[in-house]
Amino acid sequence: MADHSIPIGGSLDVTPQERERLPLLDRLHEWVVTVDHKRLGILYVLYSLFFMAVAGAEALSMRIQLAVPNNHFLQPEIYDQFFTMHGTTMVFLVGMPILFGIANYIVPLQIGARDMAFPRLNAFSFWLTAFGGILLYWSYIGGFGLYGMGNAPDVGWWAYAPLSSKPFSIGPTIDYWALALIVSGFGTLGAAINIIATTLSMRCKGMTLLRMPLFVWLMLVVSALTLITITPLTAAQAMLLLDRNLGAHFFDAQAGGSALLWIHFFWIFGHPEVYVLVLPVFGIANEIIPVFSRKAIFGYPAMVAASVGIAFVSLGVWAHHMFTVGMSSVSNTFFVLSTMLVGIPTGIKIFNWLATIWGGKVRFQTPMLFCIAFLFQFLIAGLTGIMLSVAPWDWQLHNSYFVIAHFHYVLVGAIVFNIFAAVYYWFPKVTGKMLSETLGKWHFWLFLIGFHLTFDTMHFVGLMGMPRSIYTYEANRGWGHLNFIISVGAFIQGIAVLIFFWNVIHSLRKGKEAGNDPWDAWTLEWATPSPPPAYNFASDPVVHSRRPLWDIKHPDDPDWKYES
Amino acid sequence: MSAIPVSPGAENWELPYRGKVAMLSLITAESAIFTIFVVGYIFYLGKDISGPTPRQVLDIPVFNTICLLSSSVTIWLSERQIERGRIKEFAALWALTLALGVEFLIGTGLEWKKLIAGGLTIRTNLFGTTFYSLVGLHATHVVIGAVGLALILIFTLTGHINESHTERIQTFALYWHFVDAVWVVVFTVVYIVGR
Repeated sequence: MADHSIPIGGSLDVTPQERERLPLLDRLHEWVVTVDHKRLGILYVLYSLFFMAVAGAEALSMRIQLAVPNNHFLQPEIYDQFFTMHGTTMVFLVGMPILFGIANYIVPLQIGARDMAFPRLNAFSFWLTAFGGILLYWSYIGGFGLYGMGNAPDVGWWAYAPLSSKPFSIGPTIDYWALALIVSGFGTLGAAINIIATTLSMRCKGMTLLRMPLFVWLMLVVSALTLITITPLTAAQAMLLLDRNLGAHFFDAQAGGSALLWIHFFWIFGHPEVYVLVLPVFGIANEIIPVFSRKAIFGYPAMVAASVGIAFVSLGVWAHHMFTVGMSSVSNTFFVLSTMLVGIPTGIKIFNWLATIWGGKVRFQTPMLFCIAFLFQFLIAGLTGIMLSVAPWDWQLHNSYFVIAHFHYVLVGAIVFNIFAAVYYWFPKVTGKMLSETLGKWHFWLFLIGFHLTFDTMHFVGLMGMPRSIYTYEANRGWGHLNFIISVGAFIQGIAVLIFFWNVIHSLRKGKEAGNDPWDAWTLEWATPSPPPAYNFASDPVVHSRRPLWDIKHPDDPDWKYES
Repeated sequence: MSAIPVSPGAENWELPYRGKVAMLSLITAESAIFTIFVVGYIFYLGKDISGPTPRQVLDIPVFNTICLLSSSVTIWLSERQIERGRIKEFAALWALTLALGVEFLIGTGLEWKKLIAGGLTIRTNLFGTTFYSLVGLHATHVVIGAVGLALILIFTLTGHINESHTERIQTFALYWHFVDAVWVVVFTVVYIVGR
């Protein structure tokens, strides 16, 4: 515990943390029945990392298939299943759980609380999410029954009607898919409700709303957005299940139903969902960039306002996924303009991050490297987003690899990069050990190179006309070399992720001791021991500004003198 | 810590009750689910390619509606009783609320029985599909609410409820008010606009 950090008075427990080591089975039991927000946070993250490896393997298989023309590495049906499962897994079993998991761990610590508002609901939410994932993958075994060949959903992660209806998707795989997403959706809903109640009702003394760390703010906004984002999907999935199993006609064109309605419902969920994934990583950037620039965040109120603004605007842009279904020109124009509107609050955020770095004493450690890459890549992702928001441009490039490149720039270039940043940043708090900087730099640079080889190149094959979801292509199309480069980049990313996994395992066993506050940071989680005890704070902390640890480390120049 | 003067706001530190925050969040989420089903209902109004139409088979459930809406009043009155610690009056009003809710469910069941006997099922046409799912979704919520009401009634009768539970009771009542409010929307859409 000998380090330079100064704990908040009385908040550190001095009794030794060492406990007798229980037998393996008892320890496992402790983890299964736990209601501690920190343990559940770790479970969420481990669960997501497992599925990240699974969905990553699916992606690599697809890249082998597409690396050369006329390839038959995968069977066509398997290929369809892989791109469906890759998308579904990455969104529902990796993106959301890992971000809600990090929030689960960090939010109560950052607001000076001892746990979430509803610890048992928290555990319930995690296990619902976990069973949702198992249910989805169970379709590989149970798709045609245990006696038959395994099967999996193969209709794309958007599952457009009528392909997802009974006559075109025989067998129960789509039912598995819908049920799995309903179950994990309820889990996400529970987590979101819990985070809202925690941030609104559990803050420690003195932590007014405008003193909350921005990560907490972002999670509050995301959770509120989740309430009205996940539920439309739940409703639509219920309709799909009614159609498939009770013979209802919601999406059945022969009885007057409308396939278009499914597309609308899906994207009413699907577009805000992107913001559910990206807003938490804005929060991560808001924590890391100031600490590694040695400056307070620039424009805190503007950041809060921009976050709320993005959440509102995101609810009115869904049909920009549908410019090619033939909407009226008035609808097209509305969704072009509303989509472009997103650029304003996101632009505010980018400039605020730049202004935070500007003139700072920047420390280029691994978390900061990932955040800087995030800034550039998110900017490019936003720019291609503005391009695609122009309806005629979208008519030309809809469902091409240009679109794939655009949204992977968001999902990987922004979200995955910042998730890695968050892991490097908070790993010392969670485990008490530092992740290796050397391996971290290898991880970062390889992942960066692989990312750009893959996703920069995808823009070009998209512009050359390569559509998404195709199983293979002919040699004379001229896409071969570029696709080969894309696949090479994918494998470099795969190697980088393996280095990351090795770094985690290696550092857990032999990493440098972290101490309470290895980054000289300013938010409350760094006032606790690493790892924090079950009750987090021995006595309730009191805060007076947005950077409580700064106030304690610099009593001559505290923040609360300047914040109004 | 004593060196740092306490900033304004830290002395009277009161935050909203977490149960109410969570219940209001849940209600927001549920509203989104109902919105999707209501939109589906309205979108498919009059688009059936075969009968029967709502006007041919639906009767306006006036008595049912009066029962459910008045249960919001009785639960509100019972909240006031528990606040003052009058457990008996609370239990009586609470039981009345439950009875009104159960009556609503029975009424819905009878309505469905008649409709099904008349040949309207969820597979008949778009009207059947959207009607049974929207009204059924609402009825499911009434069932969940009735189970909750019954549980709290059992706790009350066995002497486990006193005025210290007021906030929790009020939180649950929020859910019941929500179920009633949704019925106003469903009633308007299905039996007035749609008929």
